[in-house]
Amino acid sequence: MVAKYALRFASLGYLAVLLVAPVGFVFWRTFEHGVGPAWDAVTTPDALHALKVTLILTAIAVPANTIFGVLCALAIVRHRYPGAGVVNAVVDLPLALSPVVVGLALLLLYGRGGWLGGHEIVFALPGMVLATIFVSLPFVVREVVPVLREIGTEQEQAAATLGASAFQTFRRVTWPAIRYATAYGVVLTTARALGEFGAVSVVSGRLVGQTESLTLYVQDRYQAFDTTGAYAAAVLLALLAVATLLLMTRLKPKEGIR
Amino acid sequence: MIEARGIVKCFGAFTALDGVSVDVPTGSLTALLGPSGSGKSTLLRVIAGLEQPDAGEVFLDGEDVTRRPPQARGVGFVFQHYAAFKHMTVWDNIAFGLTIRRRPRTQIKQRVSELLDLVQLSGLAKRYPAQLSGGQRQRMGLARALAVDPKVLLLDEPFGALDARVRKELRLWLRRLHDETHTTTVIVTHDQEEAMDVADRVVVMNAGRIEQTAPPRELYDNPANEFVMSFVGPVNRLGDTFIRPHDVELLLEPNGSTQEAMVQRLVHLGFEVRVELVRDDGETMSAQLTREQVEALELQHGQIVYVRPTRQTVFTD
Amino acid sequence: MAANAETLSAAPGTRRSLAPGLSIGLSTLYLSVIVLLPLAALSWKAHGWGAISTSQATAALRLTLGLSLAVALVNAVAGTVIAWTLVRDRFVGQGFVNALVDLPFALPTIVAGLTLLALYGPKSPVGINAAFTRWGLLLALLFVTLPFVVRTVQPVLFELDREMEDAAASLGAGRFTTFQRIILPSILPAILSGVALAFARAIGEFGAVVLISGNLPFKTEVVSVYVFGRLESGDSGGAAAASVVILLISFGVLLAIGALRRWVMRHGR
Repeated sequence: MVAKYALRFASLGYLAVLLVAPVGFVFWRTFEHGVGPAWDAVTTPDALHALKVTLILTAIAVPANTIFGVLCALAIVRHRYPGAGVVNAVVDLPLALSPVVVGLALLLLYGRGGWLGGHEIVFALPGMVLATIFVSLPFVVREVVPVLREIGTEQEQAAATLGASAFQTFRRVTWPAIRYATAYGVVLTTARALGEFGAVSVVSGRLVGQTESLTLYVQDRYQAFDTTGAYAAAVLLALLAVATLLLMTRLKPKEGIR
Repeated sequence: MIEARGIVKCFGAFTALDGVSVDVPTGSLTALLGPSGSGKSTLLRVIAGLEQPDAGEVFLDGEDVTRRPPQARGVGFVFQHYAAFKHMTVWDNIAFGLTIRRRPRTQIKQRVSELLDLVQLSGLAKRYPAQLSGGQRQRMGLARALAVDPKVLLLDEPFGALDARVRKELRLWLRRLHDETHTTTVIVTHDQEEAMDVADRVVVMNAGRIEQTAPPRELYDNPANEFVMSFVGPVNRLGDTFIRPHDVELLLEPNGSTQEAMVQRLVHLGFEVRVELVRDDGETMSAQLTREQVEALELQHGQIVYVRPTRQTVFTD
Repeated sequence: MAANAETLSAAPGTRRSLAPGLSIGLSTLYLSVIVLLPLAALSWKAHGWGAISTSQATAALRLTLGLSLAVALVNAVAGTVIAWTLVRDRFVGQGFVNALVDLPFALPTIVAGLTLLALYGPKSPVGINAAFTRWGLLLALLFVTLPFVVRTVQPVLFELDREMEDAAASLGAGRFTTFQRIILPSILPAILSGVALAFARAIGEFGAVVLISGNLPFKTEVVSVYVFGRLESGDSGGAAAASVVILLISFGVLLAIGALRRWVMRHGR
């Protein structure tokens, strides 16, 4: 009996000290003097531009990775071809790599003197887009693959025997089955894209007002001793994160909790 | 011996046990028999200490063990779905109780080998449960429970997950084992044939209460009420009167006390024949005859016969 | 698989073979452009092997590995405890706590680092100043790796056959013995999976540590920050070299954990 309460206390205490207290504290500090100062801090031209950059990056990366994710999952699960295992492992790669290393690789490749260099990719938006796409690549694939495996091919085969084309089969049989997994993957992708820092930091050149995402802006403000600005931007990002978290909780496959 | 007094157990709004008292004599093999939801498994688990009763006491050999955890009761428990320790070999499963009691290795080795022989799993000691059949897993479960010499052996529908032939084999085997070891044993089952076959005494339960406790023969011959009679064997009901199919006599001519009926169906079950009849008042009933009797009467589908009970039971109150 | 269906009853005029080819072709193209080429560039540019044997680089490597291992171990315990509380316990707000565990997945790393710095840094209202220390690094890494072990252990714990625990109790095992001999072996593969993920994440973490650590060389500089520093100084070769080393080491560790996990599982089921 005692053990139960001790474990509960330990778990909740750990979470409180590590997660809840710091995040709560920043929220409190930000709105300490009302919404006004926070709002002002987050609507400066630089801040708004940074927000715009972040939204653009996300708006490109998420649809791209969704479409790719579904296609790739289909390819991995449904069609056995040599190298499928490699593709599977490679898709997981961005999860294992440090974001700085990702940025570095992109820099070397697309920067001046790189293999594909010469064009305005790094130190500009395109480079940041590539970085964001890379780091948020795996999520849709990883969510859809197990679902595809689980539902098996029988329904699709049944559809084929009934005369459905590949596209019709996808739209009417496959897609409804993977819809929720895809949605969950999209939410994870969005969260990752919004929060990306390391890779875009390397690749962007950090030109304030031009190639700065909102996450980079947070760092910039903090290092300029503008804690109000930093906290306000952080809170904005945190609110986006909480919205994402709510969606995640709603869409998540239910297991592991009563 | 086991005594349970006034056991009450509720799960939310559902009353599993409604003031149940039962005695299990030392050295006997008692069956708790009843349909799903009758409370028999719950009673067994209360005796084992795996459930805590809301009211009532449990005594083992005169000691009040109601508040004691299962570890301290000295009961062996066998589960319907085996509860095998999946990550351990058969040997380690059986040795578990001894291992945690830190018995010397030689003693463990001897005891486990003995038990493996007893349950006929000797060649499979190094296998994992996933590599065994259901029957083998259950024998392992039995050996595991017996390894620590429990005072009481409790089996919760132990053969329920097995197919019919294996069930009958293991049933017989359990009875022989009991005859050798004389451990006080309680077995829970919903299969009346199993209870009648294996037990010295049967406790019939229904909806959280005990209907009757008696040796199998007495249960069959002198059931205490309608429920017991219907549960323990097939029965024809005519108004308030209950008649066993083998107590139905068929005649070709009417004779005062008979009733007219038509043969609707003849079901040949090996030695016996079940004759399904429709009486002239529209009610159906069945009679159980031997092959010879059916041939002697030259019974056929659609034939009119006259039925008379040779024995019937009426329950007052 | 789909090939059989195609040959069976092709409705006239439909081009079945397009879709599979399209999936594979596009995926491979997409993957190559985004993923593989940059990595190839990385390996090739790692001329400056000399860079990694500098003491600053080695210090960063040692610190990163040590911290990541420590973090993985802490998570093995904390993650299991939290998973236990979410699966076996029952209390008001449990759903909220369950969702909370995903917060580090959703929150940008720079924000995570900032919040830790705010509460446990120079202007801390509770008097704890972990900035510029290894404790600060530890905190940041624990924050971002929190969900991994919890989420790998949770489903396994949920599916665990409770009757095994009843059986152990009936055989005389106390709660701790039951945990040690029955529950733990069953969840160990899941713990190891989570540990591998946490380790991989900790090794490469950048955003959460960059503010709180102060990036003092030899003291609180982790490899990701070291690489970043090399880049800022224009030493892309040194940066690449350090990256390759840390990549190789982390692949090695992940392979080892994977092998350990397979060994545990073989001796399990």
